Amino acid sequence: MIKLFSVKEKQKKDAAAAANGKAVKQSAGELRLQKDISELDLPKNVSIRFPDGQDKIMNFEITLKPDEGLYKGGAFLFTFAVPSGYPHDPPKVKCLTKVYHPNIDLEGNICLNILREDWKPVLTITAVVYGLNFLFLAPNPDDPLNKEAAQMMQQSPAQFERLVSQSITRGCAIGGDYFPPARGERSG
Amino acid sequence: MELEGRWRDLDYLLTRQGNVVGPGFEPGQEIREFLQDGCRVLVVGAGGLGCELLKDLALSGFGNIDVIDMDTIDVSNLNRQFLFRMGDVGKSKAEVASARIMERIPGVTEKPLDFYEQFHVIVLGLDSLEARRYMNSVACSFLEYDEDGQPDLSTVKPMVDGGTEGFKGHARVLIPGVTPCFECTLWLFPPQTKFPLCTLAETPRSPAHCIEYAKIILWPKERPDDTFDADCEEHMKWVYSKALARAAEFGIQGVTYQLTQGVVKNIIPAIASTNAIVAAQCTLEALKMVTMCSTGLNNYMMYVGTDGVYTLTTPYERDDKCPICSPGVSYAVQPTTTLRQLIDGLMEDPDLGKHLSAPSVSYGSTNLYMRGALEAQTRANLDKPISELVDTSDNVVLHINDKRLVSAMKIRLKFGGSNGSMET
Repeated sequence: MIKLFSVKEKQKKDAAAAANGKAVKQSAGELRLQKDISELDLPKNVSIRFPDGQDKIMNFEITLKPDEGLYKGGAFLFTFAVPSGYPHDPPKVKCLTKVYHPNIDLEGNICLNILREDWKPVLTITAVVYGLNFLFLAPNPDDPLNKEAAQMMQQSPAQFERLVSQSITRGCAIGGDYFPPARGERSG
Repeated sequence: MELEGRWRDLDYLLTRQGNVVGPGFEPGQEIREFLQDGCRVLVVGAGGLGCELLKDLALSGFGNIDVIDMDTIDVSNLNRQFLFRMGDVGKSKAEVASARIMERIPGVTEKPLDFYEQFHVIVLGLDSLEARRYMNSVACSFLEYDEDGQPDLSTVKPMVDGGTEGFKGHARVLIPGVTPCFECTLWLFPPQTKFPLCTLAETPRSPAHCIEYAKIILWPKERPDDTFDADCEEHMKWVYSKALARAAEFGIQGVTYQLTQGVVKNIIPAIASTNAIVAAQCTLEALKMVTMCSTGLNNYMMYVGTDGVYTLTTPYERDDKCPICSPGVSYAVQPTTTLRQLIDGLMEDPDLGKHLSAPSVSYGSTNLYMRGALEAQTRANLDKPISELVDTSDNVVLHINDKRLVSAMKIRLKFGGSNGSMET
């Protein structure tokens, strides 16, 4: 317990007034994100861009080009929106390139546990990027977000593989939805 | 109008010595006069806790209370936010609350604010961690340390924080530089329960799953051009009707409009008595902090009213590496020193160097030199003098990030003198 105010001497006011005018420069979430970004350890197949410049890091994009697995040959664009509550709250990630994938729906929502229910403040942007990379290496049909894709993957793996390959290289329609070639661009 | 004997109880506390008074307590009439005239309190939040706080503070002798709240009054607030009436629905909480307090408690001036001014004490009656972290960084941004790493008491902006959730609550005292700040003890706040997206999309089992589905999957799909606003009735009804349809599809019972509001706004039913208990404790702490009429709470009290009444006080400890409230290291440079020379100097410093392997440097939001993703963009700054990169007339605090550090290291630049760290 310390004594902060002395009623008999009122020098406090002046000192306090001098401290006024100093702006809050950044949120605590941004402070933590700076650490993440400075230590970002991206796999070779992932690139990152800051569309608003190097000093506005709360929104950024990554392009992921799977280097093995079914999705090899495609390029996928993701946006990251980091809330000011970071790292208490996870970053909001969307896949902007339309993809035929059991865990990504046609709106670009992603079912990755560490983005929602299993997010922990010790996790980092690097961890999320590795999680996304993993999702393309090992799609998980048991936890589907695109049910049709998941069923296809389980019931006719060979057909699923063909559809994935066709959709990312040349583009094709699957069950009434057109998937343009996955060239790391924003789809429709 | 002064009511007879109005200050009798307060004067018992403030004009007499006692066994449990705080350090440096000087009993006397002038403490009450300071409370009434000199002392300025800022109350952040005029909701359930805020109404109680305003009433308690005003009745405890605080004469200058300012209040901030961005929210407007909703019908569902009226059962416990007793400063508001039916006719106030839709008006600003801060404006109505201050008018009502001034009307009922003579001698109190309250005014709503939309900017931060100078206050002796800040009392928080908030419902979100985000707002608390923001206020914490505001309060801590005033804090300055002397050369020995001791907080300069004239720059300490003390806060009292209250929080309630149903039958549970807490009160804590935050004296930046002395007790832990919110960032030091961020782990105290439990994460929000979230459902896996795939469960929402494919295997909903509860009414809450259906509501979340309508809000986070259907809304962006069907109304991509509208931003969802939880306070807009039409939006809430839309989510409710979609959730109801989804529940019917999966044979799930129990989706109601009230539950929809609860799930979407993450509402836990508020209990008026919890607010009253926590606000009373917070007011008492503010009073003790300002007058020293008793030793204060050290530094966290939790209250659980679910089974009987349980309280526990815990002296949490500061995180000496807290990026928000820790003193950081004072480091001398010349305005002509380049960023590269500064980084090399830090790396070679006998104390600091051992914590650094590949440091990055930020100045507030400005990233001066970043390894990793922004290396190429920031490399050009390395050969610029410090005076070109920061405002040397300001108190310059740099944040150094490095893999060897758990969180950013704060470096306070001192211009002039010989280069190097000045703290032992």
